[in-house]
Amino acid sequence: MNWQIIDQSLPIFAKAFQLTCWLSLVGIIGSIIVGIISSLIQYFKVPILSQIFTAYVELARNTPLLIQLFFLYYAFPVLGLKMSAETCGIIGLIFLGGAYMAEGFTGGFNGVNTSQINSGKALGMNDLQLAHYVVFPQGFALSMPALAANIIFLIKETSIFSVIAIPELTNTALDLIGMYYRSNEYLFVLVVAYAIIMIPVILILSYLEKRVRYGSFGN
Amino acid sequence: MAEEILKVEHLNQFYGDWQALHDINFTLNRGEVLTLLGPSGSGKSTLLRCLNGLENYKSGTIYFEGKKVDPTEKNWQNIRQKIGMVFQSYDLFPNLTVMENILLAPRKVQKRSEVDVKQEATKLLKRVGLEKYVNAYPRELSGGQKQRIAIVRALAMHPEIMLFDEVTASLDPEMVRGILKIMSDLSEKDHMTMIIVTHEMSFAAKIADQVLFLEDGKILEDTPGKEFFTKPKTKRAQEFLDSMNF
Amino acid sequence: MAHSAINVFLEGNNISRIIGGLWTSVWIAAVSLVLGLALGTILGVLRTLPNKVIRFVLRLYLEFFRIVPTIVLLYLAYYILPRTFHVNWPASWMAVLAFTLWVAAEFSDIVRGAIESVPKSQRESGLALGLNKMQLFRYVLLPQAAKLELPATINLATRVIKTTSLLMMISIMDVVAVGQQIIEANNQQYPNAVFWVYGLIFILYFIIDYPLSAWSKRLTAKHSR
Repeated sequence: MNWQIIDQSLPIFAKAFQLTCWLSLVGIIGSIIVGIISSLIQYFKVPILSQIFTAYVELARNTPLLIQLFFLYYAFPVLGLKMSAETCGIIGLIFLGGAYMAEGFTGGFNGVNTSQINSGKALGMNDLQLAHYVVFPQGFALSMPALAANIIFLIKETSIFSVIAIPELTNTALDLIGMYYRSNEYLFVLVVAYAIIMIPVILILSYLEKRVRYGSFGN
Repeated sequence: MAEEILKVEHLNQFYGDWQALHDINFTLNRGEVLTLLGPSGSGKSTLLRCLNGLENYKSGTIYFEGKKVDPTEKNWQNIRQKIGMVFQSYDLFPNLTVMENILLAPRKVQKRSEVDVKQEATKLLKRVGLEKYVNAYPRELSGGQKQRIAIVRALAMHPEIMLFDEVTASLDPEMVRGILKIMSDLSEKDHMTMIIVTHEMSFAAKIADQVLFLEDGKILEDTPGKEFFTKPKTKRAQEFLDSMNF
Repeated sequence: MAHSAINVFLEGNNISRIIGGLWTSVWIAAVSLVLGLALGTILGVLRTLPNKVIRFVLRLYLEFFRIVPTIVLLYLAYYILPRTFHVNWPASWMAVLAFTLWVAAEFSDIVRGAIESVPKSQRESGLALGLNKMQLFRYVLLPQAAKLELPATINLATRVIKTTSLLMMISIMDVVAVGQQIIEANNQQYPNAVFWVYGLIFILYFIIDYPLSAWSKRLTAKHSR
């Protein structure tokens, strides 16, 4: 391990680090928005739309991000739709992540105890009131573990952006390895860079998960 | 003559091929207490849940306050505001405080004013001895306290009938007495119409104006309360009372 | 001719090449899963034992794989083994190694969680019958845990299958790499081939993964009822 080589590469990695963080943030926020919209449409069984969103969720969840990105980046231009690599990356990540988030929220809504729903019904609540006061608050709390897992997953999925030459962390490390043939050093920096992002994220998420769980269910 | 508040005619319920309720018929007068008795699995809870539409019964007719109930979900939502229910597992909303639990339905479903409902809730809480706990969360309460809050939550809707589904079954014995006392008071002082599923025989004997004895989803006996516990009409009911050491 | 681009599949032996590439992806996924589940079971059991050192080391192992993206794991195996440790396996076995260690890490956590959620009374009644530790795991805890962990295991399998799409990154001729070659070779004649080839690969992955995730979903739904 040559520390000088590592030292020299740090400014380049710093830029890539920022890009990975930025792409992750946009991807996660976009995914949560798409996920909420999609799970609400599925919950209320909005005619036609709910079938469309169910199909979307299944398609996006059950295919690899890499192929989705290849489609956006290489196949769409043939149809006349040309987008920058970063745009493709973000759209692809939100397409995938939105489906995962939708599954997570739907799982939470379905996980709400039937006895809780009955108890709301026994108080005369209509479907909208039941959703607003019983199913959603408890369902979102129940979906926190899935939300946390999805956030961690999506950050790691940005590494696949390297296949369409977005200069995020993994792509940068591969470029450097290709140019200088120093795999140990650059892979080391790469792993450390992911650790610097992931460890705080994992810690914060598990803290939030406990807080929300306790706030909603008391254990 | 007493006013008829609830009438059930030819009610049947199936789960798949299995018939859970067979041709249930009975009537209940305002201000009276009906107790459903019978071995576990006899259909008592199922019947109770049909009465506020939590179960979609297969066939039969329910009349509430003289009017035939149109069994659509929409219609049941209105009727449930007048039929309170308390469950075995309390089912307070864990994400809301005691006061929020009580206010939720009167405010949001019945659209009553916050000041009114709060005043009434405070009075009811005082009555069950829990006025100190207005801002507590359900997780901070014992089982018996939760169940008292659940009763208050149902009463705050001003129900015409209260349904109690084995409300003492998951409580420690020392908690049971307090809940039963509240229920007796409701009957004696407020003349609340109540339908009770319970295994507390001496309580049932004291409070019941009318007893339905069920087995395998059928009503074997529909008898005035005092009579059922002293000289039941059927052998099965006698055996049941013996088995409960009554 | 846009409408005839689908004919790219009829050129030469393109279809059989795609199937060959798919086979590479499938066997790597299958072998990695079998080895990874076996190793993961052992690690998962070890993580329920009271020994703090073992638990700490295994926890670090798990966290490493939670932090590092799979694509980076592949490169770690691909570059570091030959260059630093002079292990010169074919790339596909490097991939199996990386995937196995990843699956083992994730599965160890699934196994630990499942064992811990078997009711304590089960453990006690097993011990009361005179079972030793090994027998307790073998006959009481693991069979009950297996039922609990099935949905999560199927989900893990679908993720491994999807992740095989990364194999081409370390020069393995998987289905994606074959697809790329076909697109390049036929670019002149069929400029739209890129659409059809990636479309086919997209559908192939969906056909394999969808039934698995539907199965897992059904099991979860049954469980929560």
